[in-house]
Formats: sequence, structure tokens, C-alpha cells
Amino acid sequence: MPVAHAADGRVAWRRRTPRQDLLRWFGWFLLVALTVFCWQVMTQDTIWSFVADAPTQAADIGQRMVPPRWEYMDRLWWPLWDTINIATLGTALAVVLGVPVAFLAARNTTPSATFVRPLALLVIVSSRSINALIWALLLVTILGPGVLAGIVAIALRSIGFVAKLLYEAIEEIDQAQVEAVTATGASPAQVMDYAMVPQILPAFAGITVFRWDINIRESSVVGLVGAGGLGLQLESSLNVLAWPQVSLILLVVLATVLLSEWVSAKVRHAII
Amino acid sequence: MTAITTAYPATWRRPPFIADGRLRWALIAGAVAYFVLAIGGLEINWVRIGEGLERGWRFVAAFARPDFLSRWDDIALGMQESLTMALTSTAVGILLSVPIGIGAARNLVPRPVYLVCRAIVAGARSFQEIIIAIFFVAMVGFGPFAGFLTLSLSTIGFLGKLLAEDIEDIDEAQAEAIRATGGSWLQLVNYGIQPQVMPRLIGLSLYRLDINFRESAVVGIVGAGGIGATLNTALDRYEFDSAAAILLLIIAIVMLCEYGSSLVRRRIQ
Repeated sequence: MPVAHAADGRVAWRRRTPRQDLLRWFGWFLLVALTVFCWQVMTQDTIWSFVADAPTQAADIGQRMVPPRWEYMDRLWWPLWDTINIATLGTALAVVLGVPVAFLAARNTTPSATFVRPLALLVIVSSRSINALIWALLLVTILGPGVLAGIVAIALRSIGFVAKLLYEAIEEIDQAQVEAVTATGASPAQVMDYAMVPQILPAFAGITVFRWDINIRESSVVGLVGAGGLGLQLESSLNVLAWPQVSLILLVVLATVLLSEWVSAKVRHAII
Repeated sequence: MTAITTAYPATWRRPPFIADGRLRWALIAGAVAYFVLAIGGLEINWVRIGEGLERGWRFVAAFARPDFLSRWDDIALGMQESLTMALTSTAVGILLSVPIGIGAARNLVPRPVYLVCRAIVAGARSFQEIIIAIFFVAMVGFGPFAGFLTLSLSTIGFLGKLLAEDIEDIDEAQAEAIRATGGSWLQLVNYGIQPQVMPRLIGLSLYRLDINFRESAVVGIVGAGGIGATLNTALDRYEFDSAAAILLLIIAIVMLCEYGSSLVRRRIQ
């Protein structure tokens, strides 16, 4: 408790009143109690002998994973191409669908702040709160397993991301430029084209590349539920406990992710 | 006196986004070629999609009348696992990520400690949660404990990295002032660093709680407990109305979390 004492021992200054201190302690106490309670509820069915055994299991799996089965690479090139396609086409689809949503959600461009804007925000929140894997799970039951389900899953997840960041960028534009172009007698479409789009274009390109980078990560796992790409190979290798293949796939995933991160950092650096 | 005559251009064209003409056209041509190749390579089974569309329509219709009741026991258990998993893994993740985050800040610790902590952070971030979950399930068995371990590990990666970057960005003058009074390293962290990074750390922790809940819905797909397992089962049985109920619950809780954390963040900043 931050308290300063005077030379004779009397309290000279305290940061909070005793009441505030008490409330704070009580708040922390509640938080800790809640966490401990959650821990108890969560672990009530845990079999601790399995947990104690985990290091042995880890060592065992680790031993089986090395060395990776390098010959298996021949069968990974095609899934790798699929993975990149899922990410890229998914991002493209998300941009096509997300940009109109962003304009509908931005306070300064929405046609109606009372009706259209909440609807657009709802679209954004729903798309953002459901993970790409869950979208993939849904779409595999609807569209059947394959690359297409992966592309649509990635796109549905990314719409919210692209639209949220883009509408924040649209709301932050310099209004003076919009007024200047409007003052020349430009039509609304021309105002959009000459005053707004140039201001948000760098943000837009940055967001797209950033999301593409995230999507490469996600597209490498959507195959676990049947939506194509490297995840499909991972799933089939795991099912037959072919650990040397698993380790090779993980290495390929890691290399792809690092490469995409490098590309996206380069592009964003060039834009900004 | 001679009149200065300069021919001003009568028309104006906006400069292109990419100034170098050759690079621009190469990029456009490359993009077109890629899309033709990628879209051309798609194998679309229209018959299957035709069948699926009917199912898809049933799913959309299920959102209009979600069925919370017939599988309520499963949903409640899944939600309980997800929520407890999210909270405990966030708490443990924060407790572990604070020392690791401090260790990964270049301006506070000696070089070897920095390298070790950076390596931990990079390792924790290298794979998707779901891949890590597969391994934890193989190690500790099915159930929420595997999910808890997964989410704790990725929380360490996330918070450790952002906390370290935050500490590296602090106002050095305040740290210098504490050093000048002869403060020890612990006092430096407590009085020079902690007050500067605390508001952002709280904000990030709340954000991570939100992410952990969302991820807890995913790790169940590979057997690590949580609402994802319930959702997976519902979809496997084509019980779209139960699945719709679960998705609506997830969306509602995420919205609640976001609203709550925005309230807290506004109070502390």
C-alpha cells in the first residue's frame, strides 16, 4: 500500500483512501478465487497419472519424429500449392466482400447510421468471433470436403478482419480533402474516387497483405477438418501415427509461414 | 521586359499507386496469370454443391430457430470447459509471460537471458494452437487439460512478445532516474518500468482472454475439450439447429467480452 509516514510515525500521505484499498483487495481476492474455482472445475476429470506420464510420452513422440521422412516431400508439393491458393483466393474473396461492408460500417460513409451501420457491425462481429477452422467445419458439411470449402472458410473469417480495420481507417481520413473535392462540384462517386480512396489505399494494401500472411497460417490447418491443403496430409499422417511424415509436414508449414511473414513484412515496408 | 510564357498542362492525371511503370505492369500480369492458374485448377463438383446447398439452406434457416434445449447438457458442459479453460490459461499465461517478457526486453537484461527468452517466445508462437493441441492431447490425454496447456503456451508467446516490445519502447528517462537514485534492478522494474507498461498489459490481457475463449472453441476439434467438441459432434450428426445455438452462444460471449474489455480499458487509460 503506498503510504508515506512523517518523522514521528503519523501517516503523512496515502495514495488511496482505506475504503479504496479495501475494495481493491476485495476485487483481487475475487479474481483469484474465481480462477482457483475454475481450475478445480476444469481439472475434476483430469487423469493425473496421464499428466505425470507426459514427459515420457513427449520424449517417445520426439524420438519417433526424427529424422523426418524426406522422400515424402514428393507428395507435399501439390498440397502446398493448394494451401497457398486457399490463402490467396480466400483473401481475395474476403477483400471483394469486405470492402463494401467497411464502407457501410464507417460512420462517415454509411448510408444510414441507424439501420445499415449496426447490420454491418453485426456482420463484422460474427465473422470475427468464429475461427476459420469452425467455418471450415461448417462448410465441409455443406460444400463437401475440398479446397473450395477452405477458400470460403478463410474468406468468411477474413471479411470481419478486413472490414473492421478498413472502416477504422475510413473514419480517420482527413475530411478537408473530401470537402475540397466536393467544393469543385464532384459527384459522390468522384468524391469517393479522388478524396477518399487515395487516403485509405496504403492502409488497405497493408491490411490485405497482413491478412494474407495470417491466412497462410490458417490455411495450413483447415485441412485437419477436410478442407484441403497441407492439413489434410497432416490429418492422414496423424491417423496412421506416421510421426516422421508429421515432422516433415510441420517443417514445411513452418517454412511457408516464415516465408509469408518475410514477404508481408517486405511489402508493408515498401508501402509505408 | 519579356513575357514569361510557360505551357502549363491543360489536363491532370493522378499519379499511379506504383510509380515504376514496368514493375506495375509486371505485377498486374503476374497477378492475372496466378489467378487464371489458381482458379482454373480448382476442382469444383457442382453436383455435390447442389446437394450441399439444400443443407446449407437448412443451416441458415436453423439460425432463425436455434435449438438450445435438446442438447443443453452437452452445450452446458462444453461451455463450462471452454470458459474455465479460457480463464485459467489466461491467468497462468500472464503469470509466466511477465518474467519471460521482461527477460525478452533488450534494455533490461544481459544478452544470454535475452536470447533464451526470445527463443521461448518465438518457439511458442511458431505453430497454430490446433497443432500444439494435437501434441498435448497425445501427451496428456483427451480433455480440457490439454486445451489449457495449449492456450497457456500460446498466451505466453503472445503476451511475452508484446510485453517485451512495450518495455523496449518505454521512456528511458524514467528508468534512468530510478538508476540515478541507486535503485536495485528489482526497484528499477517496479518503479521505472511497471507503471509505464501496466495499462497496456491489462488491456492486452483482457484481449488475450477474449482470444483464448475463441480458440477454446477450436481446440475441441482435436479432442482438447471445450465447446468445439460439442459443435463438432452436432455437425457430424447434421443437427444444424443445435450447431446454430452453439455458434450464437459463442458470438454472444465474444461480444460480451469485447464490450466488457472496452469498458475496463476506457477506465484505466
